[in-house]
Amino acid sequence: MSTATTTTTVAPSDGGADSPLFAYAKNYGRKLRGGEMGALPAVAGLIVLCAVFTLANPNFLTPSNMANLFTQGGPITVIAMGLVFVLLLGEIDLSAGFTSGVCAAVLAILLTNEGWPWYAAVGVSIATGVAIGFLLGFLVAKVGIPSFVVTLAAFLAFQGVVLKLLKEGTNISIRDNQTVIIALENEFLSPLLGWVFAAVAVAALAVVQIVIKIKRMGRGLNSDPWEIIAVRIGGLAVLLGVAVAVLNQERSRNPLIFGSLKGMPIIVPIIAVLLILWTVVLRRTRFGRHVYAVGGNVEAARRAGISVDRIRISAFVICSGMAAIGGIIAASQARSVDPNTGGSNVLLYAVGAAVVGGTSLFGGRGRVLDAVLGGAVVAVINNGMGLMGYSSWVKYVVTGSVLLLAAGVDALSRRRSAVS
Amino acid sequence: MSDTTAPPLLELRGVNKSFGPVHVLRDVDFTVRAGEVTALVGDNGAGKSTLVKCISGIYTSDSGEVLVAGERVHIHGPRDAAHHGIEIVYQDLALCDNLDIVQNMFLGRERLSGIILDEPSMEELAQKTLAGLSVRTVKSVRQLVSSLSGGQRQTVAIAKAVLWNSRLVILDEPTAALGVAQTAQVLELVRRLADNGLAVVLISHNMNDVFAVSDRIAALYLGRMAAQVKTTDVTHAQVVELITAGRSGSLGLQPEEAL
Repeated sequence: MSTATTTTTVAPSDGGADSPLFAYAKNYGRKLRGGEMGALPAVAGLIVLCAVFTLANPNFLTPSNMANLFTQGGPITVIAMGLVFVLLLGEIDLSAGFTSGVCAAVLAILLTNEGWPWYAAVGVSIATGVAIGFLLGFLVAKVGIPSFVVTLAAFLAFQGVVLKLLKEGTNISIRDNQTVIIALENEFLSPLLGWVFAAVAVAALAVVQIVIKIKRMGRGLNSDPWEIIAVRIGGLAVLLGVAVAVLNQERSRNPLIFGSLKGMPIIVPIIAVLLILWTVVLRRTRFGRHVYAVGGNVEAARRAGISVDRIRISAFVICSGMAAIGGIIAASQARSVDPNTGGSNVLLYAVGAAVVGGTSLFGGRGRVLDAVLGGAVVAVINNGMGLMGYSSWVKYVVTGSVLLLAAGVDALSRRRSAVS
Repeated sequence: MSDTTAPPLLELRGVNKSFGPVHVLRDVDFTVRAGEVTALVGDNGAGKSTLVKCISGIYTSDSGEVLVAGERVHIHGPRDAAHHGIEIVYQDLALCDNLDIVQNMFLGRERLSGIILDEPSMEELAQKTLAGLSVRTVKSVRQLVSSLSGGQRQTVAIAKAVLWNSRLVILDEPTAALGVAQTAQVLELVRRLADNGLAVVLISHNMNDVFAVSDRIAALYLGRMAAQVKTTDVTHAQVVELITAGRSGSLGLQPEEAL
């Protein structure tokens, strides 16, 4: 390695005596103790929950229930992804649920009542979300009203807007001929496409990881050991392989009579694409870096020349835009839009998903992946407790307790990192 | 010691600044040379912070001239100051706890390749900068700032200021919150900045620090520059007198003008 000489003089890093694998493990341990737990609590919780529900009810781990889990968690996960941006700034959007309701109502009216093509209706629906986000962000950033108040007001007002749009509570159905919209939550990839999706995802991860590793080695920088990269790629391959294999099994009671039912729900690749898109934006672009900076220390961000107002408004735009997409998915799931779409506990579940996944309510810490992991936890609790025949009050209490537990872990790990 | 024939890196001539009826800076002259540590001392309210804010462009002075390397300049904001190679390390550091060292050093001036952040090149330059300052106290440049000690944070803040080919670094009480060992480390770093050819302004209340690293001392007294002297020419007691009374024997403001 020609850069070896510069490496030794430049890198003020761990002595170099340790093997890379050991150094990696040590670094990870240090992070954990410092309160940076990342995905660990959510993944551990998910495993425990799945184990408990499987023991309690064998129906939990069946292919058809797994497919249900994804479609049930879809809308909340997508809304939670947008919420991560707002939470990263230490703000909150209480209106995201009803924003999704308003946008779903706009979609249903344009599709069913006005007969618009699906792409135009989806475009207007998302544009409505973006406009709402701009308004909320403007009120928070430029006028200076606390986001809690702005979005609480919007929460109440949008409830009224949904009622008005739906003519005091009628239900607008999405007709079966709207195949694209209906497909979002009710159709499945063919088994072959499922495998192609898994292969593309694993290959993409491998390419990205290896390219980064080679680039960093070329500059003589510390990089993750090959073993860890192999574990990551292998882990994803195994995870997706099992998921696709399970979801590709026949789920129909009687394929001859009810038709065949197999394959990965279409919502899975949709969430995967959104996850990758927003992860790249947040972790690999200047905008994302500035979102973290504003959430971490507004004054430092301002002194670094970052336009704090612009970042705040953008975060609300992304949040409401994603809420619109969540609303479209919810409309597809229910095959209709009613005044309750995006209402009741949708928002709380979405905030809960982000926080359970590891996004801090204090701002500055969180990832888009948190929304997906947390969304999975929320969906598993709902689904599993439903299967076990508990009444809804138990579900509410348990979900509330999980949220409280996650927020408690967040607060404690925050204190921990402040102390060290 | 620096070349005294070259124009000083920063020169303020007759700078005045008032906030309403309060005349905070009165005809202040201030000279900073490359390769030297100039300590800026003065009691609370003497105008140190205001002077620094006038240099960095956060405040605009009411009258007076600012010369950078002999040329008259107008500084209207932190960006102008950065453009002239002036960087300020504030007392509260302005670091983001939730970002790592590299991310903090490049905050607001990230390097891109396309629209994607160029992390390897930023990390490399951050490491080089820290190595150039002989910083051995940080384990990894990918550590979060929240995991760093006060002295390490100060080091990162200073390294951040040096990263941008700056010519003048102004440090606002860099040792105020530090323990003995960390203070020594930071002072050593301050000295090294000057030895590397930068002009350094050190604002401090601590006379030990001032005498440990500075080449010159500029004492402000009630908004006036009482004296700007070589550190070797004065004693501890004389500097304290300059700070508290504005004069010390023949040094400083004379009685009729001190008032």
